Amino acid sequence: MSGFLKSSIGRKVAMALSAFFLMFFLLMHVSINLLSVFSADAFNTASHFMGTNWLVQFIMQPILIFGVVFHFVMGFILEFRNKKSNGIAYVKNNGAANSSWMSRNMIYSGLVILAFILLHFIDFWFPEINHKYIEVLPEDPTRYFGELQHKFTPLWRVAAYVVSFILLGLHLGHGFTSAFQSMGVTAGRKKTLKTIGKVYSIIIPLAFIFIALYHHFNH
Amino acid sequence: MKLTLKIWRQKNANDKGKIVDYKVDDVSPDMSFLEMLDVLNQDLIDKNEEPIAFDHDCREGICGMCSMYINGRAHGPDTSITVCQLHMRSFKDGDTIYIEPWRAAAFPVIKDLIVDRSAFDRIQQAGGFISVNTSGNTQDANGTLISKHAADTAMDAATCIGCGACVATCKNSSAMLFVGAKVSQYALLPQGQIEAADRVRNMVAQMDLEGFGNCTNTGACEVECPKGITLENIARMNRELMKASI
Ligand code: HEM
Ligand code: SF4
Ligand code: FES
Repeated sequence: MSGFLKSSIGRKVAMALSAFFLMFFLLMHVSINLLSVFSADAFNTASHFMGTNWLVQFIMQPILIFGVVFHFVMGFILEFRNKKSNGIAYVKNNGAANSSWMSRNMIYSGLVILAFILLHFIDFWFPEINHKYIEVLPEDPTRYFGELQHKFTPLWRVAAYVVSFILLGLHLGHGFTSAFQSMGVTAGRKKTLKTIGKVYSIIIPLAFIFIALYHHFNH
Repeated sequence: MKLTLKIWRQKNANDKGKIVDYKVDDVSPDMSFLEMLDVLNQDLIDKNEEPIAFDHDCREGICGMCSMYINGRAHGPDTSITVCQLHMRSFKDGDTIYIEPWRAAAFPVIKDLIVDRSAFDRIQQAGGFISVNTSGNTQDANGTLISKHAADTAMDAATCIGCGACVATCKNSSAMLFVGAKVSQYALLPQGQIEAADRVRNMVAQMDLEGFGNCTNTGACEVECPKGITLENIARMNRELMKASI
């Protein structure tokens, strides 16, 4: 088993598992955010639950942070090792002839997502931790919707959201099916997965973009 | 046809190497790519210059020796062929053609366009075989029943000629298409299944040891493979290794 984890294929499988987890998390996240478009109350209730439930706070949140860090650290390690395997570069190389741009640039789409995650932490997570554990302000279950609206007021932040989510779409456009291939899924299932992957990688980022634009123009 | 060739020249493994320009006139569109190089080499020999060293043997697409990266693609612009099966009609009069050796840390250049692919041999020796008793009382091959589907799929995998185009074209210099094909051709047959777990563990370990990169599923190898080996073979290798590890 330890041999497996150290092998190239073991690393692929670990990468895919962390990616599955992140994709599941994204689905949860977008569902809750979508509530904010329909009802401020529903969004506040859901956010309050996520922010105070011990299972979410002390079990799922640490797993999530570990998952994100593991995914991008592993991504860097893979990129670095693969560069070392290349040897001398070709004088002329036509990568576009046999593979998609998305698949060849996972590290760059990933880096933009990483920059976005940092901004996201500064915007939402740090103030949240400060509110709950450092200043220990009184809990107000209706504060979440206002905070959300406030964040989407400046145009630059909305623009950063749009660009980041387009790159997330590109990351997932290759990543979704790639993760299943890494897990050894059989050829018979590939067509269905390709379709689901396309839908997932377009709908989820689009929904996040829609939410950001909606609040920018409606407050 | 008149062509400008930009060819990688490197005296030996330690030489730095560089691209050198050559002009060739009088190329017939019906020549194979290797014949075109033969003409150029004869020209160089006549001029008392060192001919260009390149690997070739069967010249009919079955040995996998002819390894060249032509205009940015393994085995040149067409798909499902080797360099010896590529013809000059795939180019236009006046074209400039880049010709480079396979590039991968695990495939060091020996001279000009020839690379050392013995890493593939060592992977093969690590498990790409079955152990059978050949003492005279061998079983009749038809004594072991095999489904048509398994036999066909194993045969498809076994068509890999070990050319290394998959490694050459891969942005990660990964050898997983090759190793996946070799693992699959045995894993699908009852004779191979007995040693399947050790085989996949040992072959993957040797592949990693040789310094090949890690697959990120770009699919470039499958497009450039002259024998149509599919990514399904990599998925099967991953399944086999997972099965062997738990
Ligand atoms: C919520 C955020 C993210 C999601 C949902 C996500 C999703 C995915 C998926 C599904 C894959 C394919 C896995 C596979 O092929 O087995 C992948 C691969 C990759 N990710 Fe991410 N990712 C995210 C963030 C990041 C970040 C921040 C980086 C940082 C650099 C990154 C770098 C990479 C790299 C380099 C790969 C390619 C590795 C490979 O294919 O083996 N990702 N990601
Ligand atoms: S898998 Fe295809 S490209 Fe790779 S070595 Fe075998 S025949 Fe060549
Ligand atoms: S020379 Fe044998 S495959 Fe081209």
